[in-house]
Amino acid sequence: MTCWQCGLPADALFCGGCKALQPPPSGYFEFYGFPRKLAIDSAELQRRYYALSRQLHPDRFTRRSAREQALALEASSILNDGLRVLRDPVERAEYVLTAEGFAMPGQRTKDVPPELLEEVFELNLALEEMRSGDASARPALETARSHFQSMLNGADSELAGLFARWDESGDRAELARIRGVLNRRKYITNLVRDVNQALQ
Amino acid sequence: MQTFQIDFSDSKPKRIVGIDLGTTNSLVAYLSGGKPEVIPGPDGDPLVPSFVCFPPEGEPLVGNTARRALPLHPLATVFSVKRLMGKGVGDIEAELPLLPYRVTGTGVVQIHAGGQVRTPPEISALILRQLKMNAEAALNEEVTQAVITVPAYFNDAQRQATKDAGRIAGLEVLRLVNEPTAAALAYGLDKRKQGVVAVYDLGGGTFDISILRLHDGLFEVLATGGDTHLGGDDIDNLLLKVAMEDIASEWRAGIEGNQEAIQLLRRAVIEAKHALSFVPVTHIRFEYGGRRYERELPRDVFNRLITPVVDRTLQPCRQCLADAGVTPEQIDEVVLVGGSTRIPLVRDAVARLFRARPHTELDPDQVVALGAAVQAGVLSGEVEDQLLLDVTPLSLGIETMGGLVSKLIHRNSAIPASATENFTTGVDGQTNVLIHVIQGERELVRDCRSLARFDLKGIDPAPAGFARIEVKFLIDANGILNVSAKELRTGKEQSMDVKPSYGLNDGQVESMILESIEKAEEDFQERQVREARVEADTMLAAVEKAKNNDAYWDLSDEDRAGISRGVNELLLVYHGSDHHLIQAKIGELNQSTMALAESMMNAAVSNALKGTKI
Ligand SMILES: [Zn+2]
Repeated sequence: MTCWQCGLPADALFCGGCKALQPPPSGYFEFYGFPRKLAIDSAELQRRYYALSRQLHPDRFTRRSAREQALALEASSILNDGLRVLRDPVERAEYVLTAEGFAMPGQRTKDVPPELLEEVFELNLALEEMRSGDASARPALETARSHFQSMLNGADSELAGLFARWDESGDRAELARIRGVLNRRKYITNLVRDVNQALQ
Repeated sequence: MQTFQIDFSDSKPKRIVGIDLGTTNSLVAYLSGGKPEVIPGPDGDPLVPSFVCFPPEGEPLVGNTARRALPLHPLATVFSVKRLMGKGVGDIEAELPLLPYRVTGTGVVQIHAGGQVRTPPEISALILRQLKMNAEAALNEEVTQAVITVPAYFNDAQRQATKDAGRIAGLEVLRLVNEPTAAALAYGLDKRKQGVVAVYDLGGGTFDISILRLHDGLFEVLATGGDTHLGGDDIDNLLLKVAMEDIASEWRAGIEGNQEAIQLLRRAVIEAKHALSFVPVTHIRFEYGGRRYERELPRDVFNRLITPVVDRTLQPCRQCLADAGVTPEQIDEVVLVGGSTRIPLVRDAVARLFRARPHTELDPDQVVALGAAVQAGVLSGEVEDQLLLDVTPLSLGIETMGGLVSKLIHRNSAIPASATENFTTGVDGQTNVLIHVIQGERELVRDCRSLARFDLKGIDPAPAGFARIEVKFLIDANGILNVSAKELRTGKEQSMDVKPSYGLNDGQVESMILESIEKAEEDFQERQVREARVEADTMLAAVEKAKNNDAYWDLSDEDRAGISRGVNELLLVYHGSDHHLIQAKIGELNQSTMALAESMMNAAVSNALKGTKI
């Protein structure tokens, strides 16, 4: 890569010769200088975020050329988008899975994970009762909520284990397992939200 | 008499001013030797009331003169225009009866006042133009670049309208800064370097709450919330309603519909409100058509009346704490912004909620403008150790099947932020795709705010689903959305039409700019002419005075004739509108008085020597 402004070789965010901002890498791991792993040092991530913000924020480029201002805008949006994705384990995993070619379900997934079918059936009955004004379903819903909450916690620790295994082996089969857990997790999250709404 | 020409070299970078474009008052400030300072208007008042009056004849009045004109020209005076920025008529129906000016329009609001029809950005531009002129007069240089503050909770349309107003006023708006963030910046100058700060900003028409984390000069906004339709105006309206009901029953004839009377009464209730921040009991006093109305207003009655308004600020505060992931105990400091925070009930409510005594060292009316000046310094490079990292107040989404919103960028995301979404065609041969962009938190499109419709057009006819168009939504550091699209197969930029739902389109802004550029140039010209005349006055007075000096009569006839000619020529151009010509004649007169100045100087020196014992 050579610098767009002075033509000298440039392999960092800023040209070593003329100090011009270079087109930033679009991948979040590359941008932050982290290896493509599912486990991440979140304190270090936050530290790099602040350091890079000081260098890249558009406020720092008001007196520069239009080209550099555009690059600063692009770079700081990647910086901010990247932090949001990388600091959250679920988003981070979804990001890696998408990049590895796995299709991820949308925000309103309706596919019930098979292992939850029975519980979801009963929960939906209770939700119906609650919504139709029958408060006798309240205790059942409250029990279901804490049950699903603990399932979420279980899913999180399961994910942490799978993350470590993929980081070590790079085996796609681990990614498929991670996707299974993510789907289940997303489904349960939606359930908890529905229950919370019904209980309000 | 010898005048010295000072060379203003062009190499100096342009100065950036900071502007608080408020609902009730507007201010302009700049960084003077590293410290922010408010620039007062010609009347010496640091606050320029956000009032514009279109008198039957002559130029629009802005500021204190326009506010004083309100009872005289109630149908020609516009105030609180900030509440209309980026809005449609349907959004403001509830408060129309209390506004003296008429409002129409289907998309952008049109304000009818004094026989003029203007959009809110144009009215705001008149206020900005006044601030620009105040700054130019004080700094003695042209001002063309500004930072303007907006309520943190302003949506895209309201931000865009503010930016448009700047452009119409001849200002390049280098950054829109959120008001609470600006206030934190003003306080952050010599404050603690670490900590969590809540900024509670209750202005004339808007309420904002922001929670920030401060560390080593970084001002990181964790979350923000608010209500763009809640402020001191609502308190005024409550008082106004009570007083109008009183009057209707006491006088057996109401003043409804009588805008002159309503605006006079509005002034009376505002005075009472202000007084109650300092004394426990006051009176609303009002006279009209030879009749008097007077009502005692104790603070506790006032408090009961306004409790609902104050309570409406508390829910956004709790939500903001939750969004920021902090508890009230973790808030180290609370900063109060906006004139309405002078109300003791508001201060008490804030102190109770955040369990911290609020900061009030800086004038709540000035703190936002001071912060804007600091941000101007950040942009110019004068302030190197501080940086704002702000967030977008509202989620951004697009309409999907069934009128549902698919969220692309969530509220409280740090900005700049972006999201990409791929689109394709649904039927064979389709050549355009419509994207409806929405701002808001609800699930259904109809419960959110329509932002704009983008029409991706000129797609090559192909079987359904063949086209691959990647649309990039990018919220910039001003909190304003930028949309770009490219056809992924060809890599070509995809063209599109943008239809803002409540804003001006580019063409409209352009023509307003053209109109006002002439105006702005006129203004600048006029000021330069005025300044040249002041200089000429000084010069002429000096010549007149010199005629009493022996040195004048010691001059050769030729030199005296030269001076007379110089004076006459200066007087000839004095009333003209060409300041260059006035300056040139001042220069010539200056030249022809050179000999006089010299001999007067010598005389002065020799006189001085005579008086000194050597
Ligand atoms: Zn270079």
